[in-house]
Amino acid sequence: MQPVWDWFRWLNQSTGINLSILYDAFDRARFARGFVMTLTLAATCIVLSVVIGVAGAWIQGSHHRVPRAVVHWYIQAFRNTPPLVQLYFFYFGLGSLVAGASGPLVSNVAWAVISLSFFAGAFNVEIFRAGIEAVPRTTIEAAESLGFSRWQAYRRIVLPLAFRISLPALNNNLVNLVKTTTLAYAIAVPEMLYVSSQIWSDELNVPVMMNVLLLCYFLLVGLVVWLMTKWEHAMRVPGFGT
Amino acid sequence: MSALPVLLPAAERLALAAERQRALGAAPLRLEASHGLMLLGLFVVGCGIAQAQVGVDKPSVLDTLVKWTPVLAKGFVFNLAISFLAMAIGTVAGFFLGAARISSMAPVRGGAWFTINFFRNAPWLVLLFYCMLLLPFQVRVFGTTIPIPDWTKATLGLALPVMANVAEIVRGAIQSIPTTQWEAAHSLAFNRRQTFWMIIIPQCVKRMLPPWMNLYAILTMSTVLVSIVGVNDMMTQTQRVLSAESRPELLLAFYSYALLWFFAYCYPIARWTVRLEARYAVRQ
Repeated sequence: MQPVWDWFRWLNQSTGINLSILYDAFDRARFARGFVMTLTLAATCIVLSVVIGVAGAWIQGSHHRVPRAVVHWYIQAFRNTPPLVQLYFFYFGLGSLVAGASGPLVSNVAWAVISLSFFAGAFNVEIFRAGIEAVPRTTIEAAESLGFSRWQAYRRIVLPLAFRISLPALNNNLVNLVKTTTLAYAIAVPEMLYVSSQIWSDELNVPVMMNVLLLCYFLLVGLVVWLMTKWEHAMRVPGFGT
Repeated sequence: MSALPVLLPAAERLALAAERQRALGAAPLRLEASHGLMLLGLFVVGCGIAQAQVGVDKPSVLDTLVKWTPVLAKGFVFNLAISFLAMAIGTVAGFFLGAARISSMAPVRGGAWFTINFFRNAPWLVLLFYCMLLLPFQVRVFGTTIPIPDWTKATLGLALPVMANVAEIVRGAIQSIPTTQWEAAHSLAFNRRQTFWMIIIPQCVKRMLPPWMNLYAILTMSTVLVSIVGVNDMMTQTQRVLSAESRPELLLAFYSYALLWFFAYCYPIARWTVRLEARYAVRQ
């Protein structure tokens, strides 16, 4: 790869297009780490938020009033406040409370994961709940009349249908979550935006780095959108939804 | 497509809602009066906690809040100004972009498609950084130097994603008008431009209004992002006040106070949007 890096070094010297993330080993390594951090953040938050969504939707279907009310207020709080405020609340508010004597117990990366997962999870609860409720009672009754037990009907009939109904909305939410990971910049999580800002402060190549960053995000989010849409099409049940 | 009528109603409603939300880029706010009451409760609790820790020589929490309210209000004015302007710029640009999306010329259509998806895929914060760092801090026109303040650059940064979302709303509304309307207008000797301005758009306005207002509420909430890039908005001012006071017990009181301002502004908009949605939903 050395000739390629050398070519970019030459590009910088001859035209001033300073792609230090390509020819400089140190910048290359930290940009790669930032990219991996963005991917990790996005993947972890997606998994956790879906878990929160499933658990929350399950609790909302329970007969006990107290857990239902807790989930209800959780959704209301997290879907109607800006994610930045939520991040600050976790990091500065709760973070200062749980700080031990030797420093913070929970790292800023962990706070970002927690905060973003709860943010996206609140929407997921609603999405899954709506999906489950969209499965008509008659379908469940039909399953029961065929000898399915309650649990079997839930696992084999309701959930597969509910998941397919939920997928378009889930798709929206997860794409939005990937975009929201940039907010972790505000609490100094070394993700792509943060690392890029470090690089442009060191190398003073703001325009080039900005364009690289914008392109990276465009491609990353574009890829997620494309994959999710593909998946949505593959999972579509004819006549179910539009 | 053949349909399973038994399963359709709820699933189709959800699929349509997801489709509408895709144009919006984020989930619409659904503010209720109870949220304001909860926030007020949080504020009262926050004040109570802080008041309990007030020392003998310190002013009371309410005095502190009153003292800093003008400073916070000045920040809030920035939030409002940014949201108004970004919405105005985004709406005008987005309208033409959305119209270009259904142009009869393929290159225009393709260009509009790319522009819309580019700005929809880019995170808001990245676009904000882009405009903040790459636009000059002053321009020289005919020898006079015109400074460009930070907040106008931030406005432009927020206007870009708004433009893309407005374009999607416009395109969705135009495509929701049955194509027979175009054909009928054509048979009455309207040309394409006339059909667009005199027949299609007047019908679209009503359909575009609720999502457009939802977008405005989302944008208003997103204006707190400008605090990250150093504009003196309400969030920044709150942080500054808190560090000036250096009394950590005031944290909850001040942040809930700031959120109450946003709630008071967004709540009427959200209610009105819900009303409009309900009114127009039946007629479509």
